[in-house]
Amino acid sequence: MSKPETEDIEMTDDNKIENVEGNGAENEEAETQVDRTKITLLPGATSDGFAASFQIIDEDHTLGNALRYMIMKNSDVEFCGYSIPHPSENKLNLRIQTYGGITAVDALHKGLDDLSDMCSHVEEVFSTQVAAKDYSTEEP
Amino acid sequence: MSNIVGIEHDRVTNTTSTDFPGYSPDSVGMDWDLEKFKKTFKLDIKYISERTANFDLIGIDTSISNAFRRIMIAEVPSVAAENVYIFNNTSVIQDEVLAHRIGLVPLKVDPDQLSWINKEADEKDKFTDDNTIVLSLDIACTKNPNANSNSTDPDNLYRNHKVYAKHLKFEPQGRQVELFANNPVIPCDPNILLAKLRPGQEISLRVHCILGIGSDHAKFSPVSTASYRLLPVINITKPIVGKDALEFKDCFPSGVIDINEKGEAFVKDARKDTVSREVLRHEQFDGKVKLGRRRDHFIFNIESTGAMPPEEIFFKSVRILRNKAEYLRSCPIGNLN
Repeated sequence: MSKPETEDIEMTDDNKIENVEGNGAENEEAETQVDRTKITLLPGATSDGFAASFQIIDEDHTLGNALRYMIMKNSDVEFCGYSIPHPSENKLNLRIQTYGGITAVDALHKGLDDLSDMCSHVEEVFSTQVAAKDYSTEEP
Repeated sequence: MSNIVGIEHDRVTNTTSTDFPGYSPDSVGMDWDLEKFKKTFKLDIKYISERTANFDLIGIDTSISNAFRRIMIAEVPSVAAENVYIFNNTSVIQDEVLAHRIGLVPLKVDPDQLSWINKEADEKDKFTDDNTIVLSLDIACTKNPNANSNSTDPDNLYRNHKVYAKHLKFEPQGRQVELFANNPVIPCDPNILLAKLRPGQEISLRVHCILGIGSDHAKFSPVSTASYRLLPVINITKPIVGKDALEFKDCFPSGVIDINEKGEAFVKDARKDTVSREVLRHEQFDGKVKLGRRRDHFIFNIESTGAMPPEEIFFKSVRILRNKAEYLRSCPIGNLN
């Protein structure tokens, strides 16, 4: 996985720039803003990391089902499923098992990257077509 | 595997997506491929009017288009009344009912011009010119001195006896005087009836409007409806001619089936079909027609409440889904306990 590495490097570069420009306190604040509760690892992960369950908070079927689809579109993934354990808790459980080619975390990250790539393309196509104005403005 | 959902008289078949690697021996190469997606994905805008949009998303999975639909309804922010401060209400409509009605009035405000309320902030610092729109409603009903003496028509007898959404007056605060100079906040539909009055009754109140999302309260939803349906497919497997053809045509909404010069029925525009399955109730068409829907062809219909153009609502839904993915990607995976 080369992509996450480059992103990491970019992140640290940004931090450096902030350090030069702003003061240290600002940077510290940015670090504490990292959301450590958004996604957690649930018990039941294998020690090799090829199978794991995650709990994501404040998400529902909107992201859950789309992400499940994207993760399943990966031939290294043996199984992916999600559930909302209880409808009145805003929690989303996601299970990923791979064949052993990649870790469950990598499969999750790839799924998220693919999902945002796809959204970018949909947005691009829609904006070019809206800008082209090649459609009726009257409701038939 | 075919991507047509079969529709029979008492069941649907082939409903779930199977485009996953490992699903079957011939699904090798079904891996996610952005370049392949770029080639197969098609978007076809049918029309975009001021309030509604109709377009087709082709070559995309249900889970994704359903996410767009759900986000448009519940997660695209818009502005609505949150607090109503009632100074005087002598009308027959109760304060809380009136407040609820005012809350549901869609307002013409660009949501990007407001910032989010800080819920934790102290009550007196919570509302600023940056995050709150103030509207006021001051109306009193009086007798019409020039009324026709034998008239029983309230429109003729009274003045201001109907309180409409248009009576809500925008009161720009601080920097809003400049910001909203050219586009003052008004209700999208001026003639929504809020209350009725009789001479001597009056209403005086102030409304604070804030940014919110539909999952918190339906009044914040920017759409009245946002829905999709799958493209209907009608497959005539054996020719239908003569009197049968006319009867066949009548089984569908007008414009779906036409009859050619040889008297044979043909599918003119399956898109107009409602898939009522009426044709499957007629014995003479048994085995002559197959109904279905294309699983990867979504016909979206979006109706805006008026605050935003419908295409902008769809744009925002796509961006929100991407932001969700990117945000989750940036979060470190914590350990429970």
